[in-house]
Amino acid sequence: MEAGMVTPAPALVRFSGIQKTYDGEFLVVKNLDLDIRRGEFITLLGPSGSGKTTTLMMLAGFEVPTHGEIYLADRPIKNVPPHKRDIGMVFQNYALFPHLTIAENIAFPLSVRNTNKAETQERVKAALRMIKMETLAQRRPGQLSGGQQQRVALARALVFNPQLVLMDEPLGALDKRLREQMQLEIKQLHETMGITVVYVTHDQSEALTMSDRIAVFNDGIVQQIDRPDALYEHPVNSFVAHFIGENNVLAGTVETIEKEYCRVALAGGGVVTARAINVSGAGASTSLSVRPERIAIVSDRTSSEGPNRLPAKVQNTIYLGDHALAVLDVAGNREFMVKLQPGARDNLRPGESVVVTFRPEDCLALDPV
Amino acid sequence: MTAASSTGADARTEVPLKRRLKRAERARQIRALALILPLLLFLLFTFAGPIAGMLWRSVDDREVRRVLPQTVAALANWDGKDLPDEKAYAALASDILAARASGTIAIAAKRLNYALNGFRTILTSTARNLKAEPEPGTAREALGKINPAWRERITWTTIKDASGPMTGFYLLSALDLTRNVDGAIVAAPPDQAIYRNVFARTFIISLSVTALCLILGFPVAYLLATLPAGRSNLLMIFVLLPFWTSLLVRTCAWIVLLQSKGVVNDSLLWLGIIDEPLRLIYNRFGVCVAMTHVLLPFMILPLYSSMKAISPAYMRAAASLGAPPATAFLRIYLPQTLPGIGAGSLLVFILALGYYITPALVGGAADQMISYFIALYTTETANWGLASASGAVLLLATVLLALVYGKLVQGQQVTGGMKN
Repeated sequence: MEAGMVTPAPALVRFSGIQKTYDGEFLVVKNLDLDIRRGEFITLLGPSGSGKTTTLMMLAGFEVPTHGEIYLADRPIKNVPPHKRDIGMVFQNYALFPHLTIAENIAFPLSVRNTNKAETQERVKAALRMIKMETLAQRRPGQLSGGQQQRVALARALVFNPQLVLMDEPLGALDKRLREQMQLEIKQLHETMGITVVYVTHDQSEALTMSDRIAVFNDGIVQQIDRPDALYEHPVNSFVAHFIGENNVLAGTVETIEKEYCRVALAGGGVVTARAINVSGAGASTSLSVRPERIAIVSDRTSSEGPNRLPAKVQNTIYLGDHALAVLDVAGNREFMVKLQPGARDNLRPGESVVVTFRPEDCLALDPV
Repeated sequence: MTAASSTGADARTEVPLKRRLKRAERARQIRALALILPLLLFLLFTFAGPIAGMLWRSVDDREVRRVLPQTVAALANWDGKDLPDEKAYAALASDILAARASGTIAIAAKRLNYALNGFRTILTSTARNLKAEPEPGTAREALGKINPAWRERITWTTIKDASGPMTGFYLLSALDLTRNVDGAIVAAPPDQAIYRNVFARTFIISLSVTALCLILGFPVAYLLATLPAGRSNLLMIFVLLPFWTSLLVRTCAWIVLLQSKGVVNDSLLWLGIIDEPLRLIYNRFGVCVAMTHVLLPFMILPLYSSMKAISPAYMRAAASLGAPPATAFLRIYLPQTLPGIGAGSLLVFILALGYYITPALVGGAADQMISYFIALYTTETANWGLASASGAVLLLATVLLALVYGKLVQGQQVTGGMKN
């Protein structure tokens, strides 16, 4: 899926056959192989308990893999203590040292490296300028707002020019507007400084906004690693399709497979043509995935024949400001969402019978959920 | 429209609103006061009252005034430069006769004897030998004949000093100071100067015990704060276990353990590590060991609560920023436990300052702390003035310490910031 891209940069971090268990029974991370390229912004995305934070903590050195090896710049680091890994980290609750001023917090990684005074001052000043907080240098963390604390945590993790920066849900405690603003700021920092960032989040929109690549975690396994648009357009399985963006699911059985496409008989009645992405063969059950914005609602009476026309009943419509959603009952799925064009909402009445239609290439046949 | 009318209402009701607020608050304040009233009264009667009484006793000096009223009156205008005039002698003779009749001479004798050793003899011998009131004009001669001390200036300055109603005598004594015959404050004679030594000893023992408690308690508190809940609770029970046993029992247990035929010595002898029993008790060592054991929980608990508030993320952050464990501990963890260290140390130190039973049971003569002497003066020699004065000095030292600590903690809070 990366065809046409320039030759990938060499891997800075390589997870090789990593397994991790806390209790000796349940594997939190099952057999992880993952390459992180120099200079990229990679996001580990997944629901809580999917193993993404554990993966990050193993990379930082706070957890030891039960099996496998992690390489940082081709050097095995499984037995290297965290303070010798030269990895900057931004924590969920910032973890700014409450007894030190902002300037002292930012100077901390330099002073433990015995950087001389003049250079330390210079770099702290530059870091403060970078986060536009020169005037707050002598404040304590407790006197700052959440967003300001987050900026300081960033500056502190970057000031010693680490080869890798880890971020563990750093924006989780901020409100929506601030979070979106910080996403852009972090992204900008990444681009101007050319650092490698490993970012952990459970917020898919955050991952889509910021990342060069996203690794989708579930049940301790990386489901898919790809560019954000590729993940959205070409999910390899139902979990990814469902986790990234809005998604309608229709259960059915594969009737025939023909090259890239297959015909699927829906459990709720009707037959559609879909792209065969993750189906084992004819007769296998499957889950169809269709994005809400790829579906059109046409009038019941228009009888132009075409593939993938399904009768639907309007449940209600939801107004969301910039667009509206129609909730329909389609082939047994009573929460079938269709994104509406502005103004289209007025024509739909609850209980009305309509027909939905979508192109075969927008309908993906995936593993059954 | 609505906004305009509401601001208008605000302007009109601004003063009544404040009053209404006050009224609403008052009900809550009265309720709060009612809740603490029983404790307040209890403390007033059992704590504030006795302390005020004690402080008063340390300066109260009316015994001589009561027993020798005419003498005190006659000496009121005496400048103390020379022997007093005949009138004072006559007044004294008359006072002594009256006191002998009422049997109160011993009260004045005891008080005057504190200030001048031997005064008891002077007064009682005079009382015994003074048959009748001397002829007018011969009192000085008559008294001087009975006891030549009456010809000494110091005898009279002592009476004048003790004539009350308030005195600095006890407080000065508690600091090894006294007034000489000219009324100047000078160091007490060496045979009476024991209190500075006792105070110094009290502070040294308390400091040693505080340091020991800190050294022993810090790792335990750290474990308590970092272990998983189950094991941490178990450990906490062990920490609190001493509170379930009486202080006396715990102290006596140390006697059993540490005495020359005790468990520790017997074990060491049996193991062949020592040839003869070590002296582990009735000395400073025993006092420090027993007091540390008793006071350890008072150090661990404040330390624990301050450590519990430190998020493990701080140490992780420090490590990720490149700090080796020791550096992270010294620069990140330790500074954040300072309030706990301060609170625990102050608590242990102040408790240790007033310790009585433990040093009395396991200490030697040279290990008795100020509370021992306070108890001695209160119960044995009934020198309540000196007991109160010692208590007042101890109280003053403690209050000063608490104030210093308060200032330090306040500084910490201003500079220490808040939790995220």
